[in-house]
Amino acid sequence: MSDGTSAPMQPVLAAHRISKSFGEIPVLFSIDFDIRPGEVHAIIGENGAGKSTLIKILSGIEQPTSGTITYDGQTIVLPADGKAEAMGIVLIHQELNLAEHLTVADSIFLGRELKRGPFLDTSEMRRRASAVMETLHVRVDPNARISSLSVADKQMVEIAKAISRDARVLIMDEPTAVLSVGETQTLFEQIRRLTARGVAVVFISHKLDEIMELADRVTVLRDGQLIATVGTQSLTPDSIAQMMVGRELSNLYPPKHEPDVDAPVVLSVNKLDAPTVRNISFDLRRGEILGFAGLIGSGRTAVAEAIVGLAPRSAGEIRLNGKVVEFTRVAQSVEAGLAYMTKDRKGKGLLLNMGLRPNLTLLTLDKHLRAGFLDPASEERALERATRRFDIRARDPSVAVGRLSGGNQQKLMLGKTMESEPDIIIMDEPTRGIDVGTKQQIYHIIAALAAEGKSVIVISSELQEVIGLSHRVVVMRNGQIAGVLEGAEITEEEIMRYAAGIKQSGHDERISA
Amino acid sequence: MSVSAPDIAPKTKPGLKLDLKTVGPLVALALLVLLGISLNENFLSYNNLTNVLARSSFIGIIAIGATFVITAGGLDLSVGSMAAVIAGVMIMVMNWLIPTFGVSWSVVLAGMAAGILLGGVAGVGNGLMITRGRIEAFIVTLGTMGIFRSLVTFLANGGTLSLNFQVADVYRPVYYDGLLGIPYPILVFALVAIGGELIMRRTAFGRHCAAIGSNEQVARYSSINVDNVRLITYILQGVLVAVAVLLYVPRLGSASSTTGVLWELEAIAAVIIGGTTLKGGYGRVWGTVVGVIILGLIGNILNLQSFISPYLNGAFQGVIIILAVLLQRPRRAS
Repeated sequence: MSDGTSAPMQPVLAAHRISKSFGEIPVLFSIDFDIRPGEVHAIIGENGAGKSTLIKILSGIEQPTSGTITYDGQTIVLPADGKAEAMGIVLIHQELNLAEHLTVADSIFLGRELKRGPFLDTSEMRRRASAVMETLHVRVDPNARISSLSVADKQMVEIAKAISRDARVLIMDEPTAVLSVGETQTLFEQIRRLTARGVAVVFISHKLDEIMELADRVTVLRDGQLIATVGTQSLTPDSIAQMMVGRELSNLYPPKHEPDVDAPVVLSVNKLDAPTVRNISFDLRRGEILGFAGLIGSGRTAVAEAIVGLAPRSAGEIRLNGKVVEFTRVAQSVEAGLAYMTKDRKGKGLLLNMGLRPNLTLLTLDKHLRAGFLDPASEERALERATRRFDIRARDPSVAVGRLSGGNQQKLMLGKTMESEPDIIIMDEPTRGIDVGTKQQIYHIIAALAAEGKSVIVISSELQEVIGLSHRVVVMRNGQIAGVLEGAEITEEEIMRYAAGIKQSGHDERISA
Repeated sequence: MSVSAPDIAPKTKPGLKLDLKTVGPLVALALLVLLGISLNENFLSYNNLTNVLARSSFIGIIAIGATFVITAGGLDLSVGSMAAVIAGVMIMVMNWLIPTFGVSWSVVLAGMAAGILLGGVAGVGNGLMITRGRIEAFIVTLGTMGIFRSLVTFLANGGTLSLNFQVADVYRPVYYDGLLGIPYPILVFALVAIGGELIMRRTAFGRHCAAIGSNEQVARYSSINVDNVRLITYILQGVLVAVAVLLYVPRLGSASSTTGVLWELEAIAAVIIGGTTLKGGYGRVWGTVVGVIILGLIGNILNLQSFISPYLNGAFQGVIIILAVLLQRPRRAS
């Protein structure tokens, strides 16, 4: 194990030869891990590598099957179910754990409310909440309801909560998965402020560039094994990726096959107005992959939902293969060969308590009817086909899909969408929160679909992904199309210029080109 | 390309899962039957069993409707009062038609038709307020529960609505007779149960109910017409309440403000004992049938023995409901 340059300091929290099995299934094998005061230590690995289990053990939510944990050099057993927080070890979950109806101040002091006699001392809690937010340079009203905050602000509230508890170790599970570029930078500033005060930060991310930027040391896990813990400066994104998958990742993005110049326009959107977006015009051709870039909240999802009939639209015209269409229900757009795959696979895409089969066929149950009754054998065949085509891995197809890894969930959702045999597929964040290996598979599937003559719209907040896949890129900003990029114009800088409002194409003709 | 590792998600031990979640209600039923046999040799007699089942069939038919409503994430508290109103209106319609049609089956059939129609309309009302009006099912059906109950009291003028004796004689066989020694109510209950199980498990509608109850957003994004499916569950519930009432009216030939009191809670209890999740997303009709029979047997067994007062019937039912949920809850919230 080579070491970073950080001064050899006593680790605040360390795991020694930690192993963990669930029943007979081993998940972690003899992992050594430590975190020093003032350091950012990143954990990376593919989905199912054991990252989540490791941080659950580090925060006391799970107990190791064997091995020991030391805190300040003392061997201890961390109390279960979040009680480690009182000791200064705070885990911030990927799905933030905040009660939506409480105010910011309520949330920060939840479970250890300040009291005056038998009553809540609300003014003092508000004052202290403001003070904490102040130290973080976050402008959030302590009286605001959590439900009214953006995801980024909610995350800041979680961090404020951790700080107000004098957290010494802050463990964050993919904090940037749902943040835009700007919000990520703000988060990183906060993390740097914390580490300057001596807080130790453990950080899980799939985004290698972020890790290179933020982390002092990186621990790579693969299939429950510790591959290496190394100082960041001795690494390149390529070498990390290689360690994660155990082989070289060549051509993450498949080669682009430009659609034929005379390929017909299959989807044409003209001056669409819908909630939060206005004056949206663009064309999609047969065999084309059209990227939609922009900051989070720029209206890309709203456009997609208005097109397929999930959201009402107030003006504009949509033509499918030249014919004007008016979808008011999703069933109509699916029927017409236009499918939308949501970015929110847990909230809107999959029934987490059900098995693979009912999830796969939910959109297309009509295909599996025989004399009015469902034919489980036909559904089973569909599942077999999809499992093979999309490489969905589950030990037991009856397991609730909520227990699958993010990558397998995403592939199942893709399978479900493709069951409707659409000609046009709108994929919203098709690789959010999944590992690089599965990403590569999905990229190849998208490219194959386009090569077959399907048309794909890829909405993504990862610039690399948009650039690597798309023939053309629509950049959105504040609910409008800021520009359309083609060919050599498709670069990170150019997209950011449009997305941030530095550049703006003036004419409608240009936009709808 | 073989990249993502197979999932290492922990699985519940299959044996335990099977025991508690799937066969739990059956085990409870078997234990009750054994208890019944050991307490009284008459327990297994033809008369006792048909009696228990026939009385259970009203609640049973209603509870099968409730299984769909609850699976789709809804709730219908109005079924007991609805049953009373339907019974009252049926009796009034039949009495009113005697001068025109005379005492005959046509009067009874007209009364039945009126009952089914009223049940459907009541279901449409509940369903529309919940789906189009966007009001919580609990609130809507709490409201209609009060409305229906007070309507039947009003129609009966605070007393009892009685079916004309001669018509009652014509109608009587529907409850008291049967086919091949099996009373009609039990036959109808069995038919509704088989149909319900088929619909729940083997139709798109049944799958859609579970999907909506599990996550309404996912259902909407999967092109399911959430409002229509919900509405249909309430209509189905209303019609099944009417079917139960068709069998109930010939038993007593009357309706009053006390008809069907607390049936809604018995129906919900049966659904829960049967293993359907109260918050929706998973339902099974056969479980509900077992649940209804369990509730019926508790009362029956208490009546067949002399150690414990039968007045404690409700307490035992309560204990069973809580135990059922206790055994079926997930082993550990993740």
